[in-house]
Amino acid sequence: MSDLSAIPVPVPADAGSSLEVLREALCSVHPDLCPLFSIEFADSVLMVSRAQLHATAAKLKELGFERFGFVTAVDFGDDFELVYRLQSTRFGVGMSLKTEVPRDEPAIETITDLWPAATWHEREVYDLMGIEFIGHPDLRRILLPDDWVGHPLRKDYHDDDVIPRPDYI
Amino acid sequence: MALVDGFTKGLERMPGGSVILTSMDALADWARGQSLWAMPMGTACCAMELIACSFSRFDFDRLGTFPRPDPRHVDVMILAGTITKKMQPAVKRLYEQMPDPKYVVAMGNCTVSGGIFYYDSYSVVRGADTFLPVDVYIAGCPPRPEALQDGVLRLRELIHTRSLDEERSYERELTLPGPDTPRAGTTDACRGHLLSSPGPDGEDG
Repeated sequence: MSDLSAIPVPVPADAGSSLEVLREALCSVHPDLCPLFSIEFADSVLMVSRAQLHATAAKLKELGFERFGFVTAVDFGDDFELVYRLQSTRFGVGMSLKTEVPRDEPAIETITDLWPAATWHEREVYDLMGIEFIGHPDLRRILLPDDWVGHPLRKDYHDDDVIPRPDYI
Repeated sequence: MALVDGFTKGLERMPGGSVILTSMDALADWARGQSLWAMPMGTACCAMELIACSFSRFDFDRLGTFPRPDPRHVDVMILAGTITKKMQPAVKRLYEQMPDPKYVVAMGNCTVSGGIFYYDSYSVVRGADTFLPVDVYIAGCPPRPEALQDGVLRLRELIHTRSLDEERSYERELTLPGPDTPRAGTTDACRGHLLSSPGPDGEDG
């Protein structure tokens, strides 16, 4: 790979212009990722497909996103959206790297080889949302007991032990 | 406890034995309640109040109670905070490691009944008394440190009035102040002061 640290990063005037600096750097180094990039609510979002997530994460790490924040998942019914939060000290901004996995096949490649900090985060997503991370070194439940049945943060989770709140307010 | 039971039964049959038993019993119970070493089982936010209790502002030590982080050294387990289903086996195991006689104080609404996690929760145990024998309940979210100290004082009174010989307990309950007895701070004089003081609309607020 080329030496990306040689790319000059201009000093931004404010938080909004650091996002534009990031857009320019991303588009000049990786033109294929440029149409997937957007700025929403004063924050940068990169929406990629499931197959290209690991490669994109590796590219972003090399570009300057050296810190992994967290990974979380959202249940949208037909599919789950995975949100990887990355942070860059070089650009001074964070980025949400998003992808979607289908509900009938909830699996994705792990990123623990890039950021070992993601190990427990991926275990948590597996525990509560039931998304399998292929290649994870130790994929088992982290918050719930090992003999738990189901994944409680899914919208269709059912547990006979849960008492629904009555409608008195 | 079987040894103690057999001892008391045998002593009672001896001439003058019941006099010795009564005084020994009272002495043993008095001594047992004076220094309740506590196991700080802080599982959630109530533990902050429990920690505050042990430090100098509230000073638990003047009641003879101070935290020991070892179940084999303690008399009372103070359950402070939400007990999750994953934590429940650990709490029960620590309780089983405590030597007899042992007591449990449930501090805070979560430990009393599950609290705000009673409904719609998949992970919280609805009250410590579903799996442990709780002696004193302290309501609050969280309770003040004074409430915890009051709970320990009530536990002390419970120990004083509970006899080694269970058939004699009622005599002690009649003569000694028990957990249900009104506190010294809530006498009629105190209530009168509260009634005569101006309410929220008064000048003093």
